[in-house]
Amino acid sequence: MTERIVIVGGGTGGTVLTNRLTDELAHEIDAGDVEVTLVNDTPEQTYKPAFLYVAFGKKTMHEARRPLSDLVDLRHANLLVDRVTGIDTESKHLTLAKDDGGLDYDHLVLAMGANLDPDEVPGLKEGGHHFYGPNGAEKLRDALAGFTEGHVVLSVIGVPHMCPAAPVEFVLMADAWFRERGIRDQVEITYTYPIMRAHGIQSIADWATELFDERDINLETFFNAEEIDPEANVVKTMEGTELDYDLLVAIPPHTGSELVSDAGLGDDGWVEVDKNTLEAKNADDVYAIGDVADLPTSKAGSVAHYAAGTVAARLASRVRGLVPTETYDGKTICFIESGMDEATFVEFGYGDEPVVREPSQLLHWSKLAYNESYWLTARGLI
Amino acid sequence: MSESIQPDVTVDSRGATCPGPLMDLIGKVKKLEPGTVVELLTTDSSSSHDVPEWVDKAGHETLDVVEHEDEGYWSVFIETTK
Repeated sequence: MTERIVIVGGGTGGTVLTNRLTDELAHEIDAGDVEVTLVNDTPEQTYKPAFLYVAFGKKTMHEARRPLSDLVDLRHANLLVDRVTGIDTESKHLTLAKDDGGLDYDHLVLAMGANLDPDEVPGLKEGGHHFYGPNGAEKLRDALAGFTEGHVVLSVIGVPHMCPAAPVEFVLMADAWFRERGIRDQVEITYTYPIMRAHGIQSIADWATELFDERDINLETFFNAEEIDPEANVVKTMEGTELDYDLLVAIPPHTGSELVSDAGLGDDGWVEVDKNTLEAKNADDVYAIGDVADLPTSKAGSVAHYAAGTVAARLASRVRGLVPTETYDGKTICFIESGMDEATFVEFGYGDEPVVREPSQLLHWSKLAYNESYWLTARGLI
Repeated sequence: MSESIQPDVTVDSRGATCPGPLMDLIGKVKKLEPGTVVELLTTDSSSSHDVPEWVDKAGHETLDVVEHEDEGYWSVFIETTK
């Protein structure tokens, strides 16, 4: 009997997992004992960390996309471009938008990522920019290019959100970018965060707060935007404060997937999983990796990458009738730009407090080099 | 006092580290009517201090903070005022 492994979502986690599985299980796939299918609703993958650079005109969306057919080994994996519309974990069946027959599985891995939900905050779509999607990043690029004076407000509204360091990076890059253009003295920059400090991770908050102070970036904490007035250019908060802006860059609220909540896999659309095995708590033979998994760490590409390696090893053991022993320890790595030509990075696991290293030009180049070589990660090579 | 507090809503953030419990609470409070009593359950000791700080800042009221020492978690009771 063929063991059918179905992976939903062709982002970092989905493609790394597909490639690790087809590499590890090539012999079993050739023998017809295992079948690997990757389902994605578009035929291409978008590298989301590029959005930050698109906003400053340093990258184009064209550079940030690759066809999935170039990223996975089609000799050993099926690539299905369709949208999953329902998950039945009892009958182990997926319903699909285009294929009436749907898809049966023996092992299911959910890797659909996170979704933006700007409608949660009235006025946000009309009054705010963002760099968390291709269209938003391109519009923000145009707005920034034409911005010569006034108040830029970066407001983190949605927590948890993808790429937790990106808002800090944005204001530090904006500061350097406006200085390069010779107009920094005409631009005020404010960064707002929902809790009592500048970032969820204490050491990053401490580091960022010191840099903000050095670079004349205002910091507002306990700042939870609940309404934007796009006519008056004002952010109104749950705490009763108001902040005027000329250019609002918001991190929109994020949501998980309705597929997840409808299937009973997690109330808020994030899949409840064992943080070490990545196995769903509410169904058998279901795993989740990447942003859609409710893990006590960052929603970052590196988390999807390393979790995919763990699930690949566990699934390989399962289909071979062995006891899976591989576990995920929360390993997370984030490069953090601290200007236009310097960066740092942090590495941590579950429960660790990361050390923020001294920023350097070398680390900035390392981040840019990794952005170029990311497609080797997607292919399962690095 | 806490034994007499009957929450209308319970937010169970046990197992989540800071700022998870506070963000869970903020997300819930956004959707509640004034006068709703919420019990936040948290295993994160810093949240037992940070949550009342935000509640005060946001103009709501902290009713009580109860440590369940044997079970290793805290109950933070708040009431929304707006």
